Amino acid sequence: MNKKLIIFAIITVALLAYGFRQAMFIAPTEETMGDIQRIFYYHVSSAFSAFACFFLNMVASLVYLKSRNPKTDAFALAAAEVGVVFCTVVLVTGPLWAKPVWGIWWTWDARLTSTLVLWLIFVSYLLLRRFSTAGQTPVLAAVLSIFGSVDVVFVYMSIRWFRTQHPQPVMGPGGGGLDPRMAHALLWNFLAFACWGALLIWMRYILERRHQLIEEAYAMRAVQGVAR
Amino acid sequence: MIRNLFLAYAATWAIHLAYMRFLASKYARLAREERELEKK
Repeated sequence: MNKKLIIFAIITVALLAYGFRQAMFIAPTEETMGDIQRIFYYHVSSAFSAFACFFLNMVASLVYLKSRNPKTDAFALAAAEVGVVFCTVVLVTGPLWAKPVWGIWWTWDARLTSTLVLWLIFVSYLLLRRFSTAGQTPVLAAVLSIFGSVDVVFVYMSIRWFRTQHPQPVMGPGGGGLDPRMAHALLWNFLAFACWGALLIWMRYILERRHQLIEEAYAMRAVQGVAR
Repeated sequence: MIRNLFLAYAATWAIHLAYMRFLASKYARLAREERELEKK
């Protein structure tokens, strides 16, 4: 097995353990929500990782449309799949946090709805890739992902553009501020989940390249068989 | 309240572990296909 991958996996697991400790035991308890607010460290970090994955998918898709290099197509697929995993985490942890704090599991506000739409777009991207038999599947998927990525901007900006049930930003431009110890825990979890996402993309990319090479080998044999 | 915190953390890792399992099954299938390709 790839030695670099194993070393990176060990570093990532150590970062996740450290991030967990920071989130659960070191970060102070939020005054109004109590311990339930600690979901924040996984929820926000997962959302950040999902956005990063979808952004990488868009870049890879654009490069693929220009170059038609199967390596970039494999990378685009890997990034989209891992992005859907993180987005699923966001959609599951969000309601678990919302219920005790808002009194409801779900509301159709701009942030929640656009996140669900983002998830649906990329699930449809994966279904297209899984079930389409046309030779142009990677091209169609690349175009779909570029349009889907526009929703990432909408999801991110929705709490600034609209009045939403979802809280306003606490970090970045227009943010309401965060206790330094909470910010510290959040940043470690950002880093840990970003590394975890990179590790998953790396592993999925290796598998997709192997799949592509097997398909190529079968295609070559079929052509050689016809030639004889 | 605290129950939802544990549920959220458990759900997060259940989703990631399910994906890891999917990757492992894909790896096994590709390895099998490669062996079949070598045989032919």
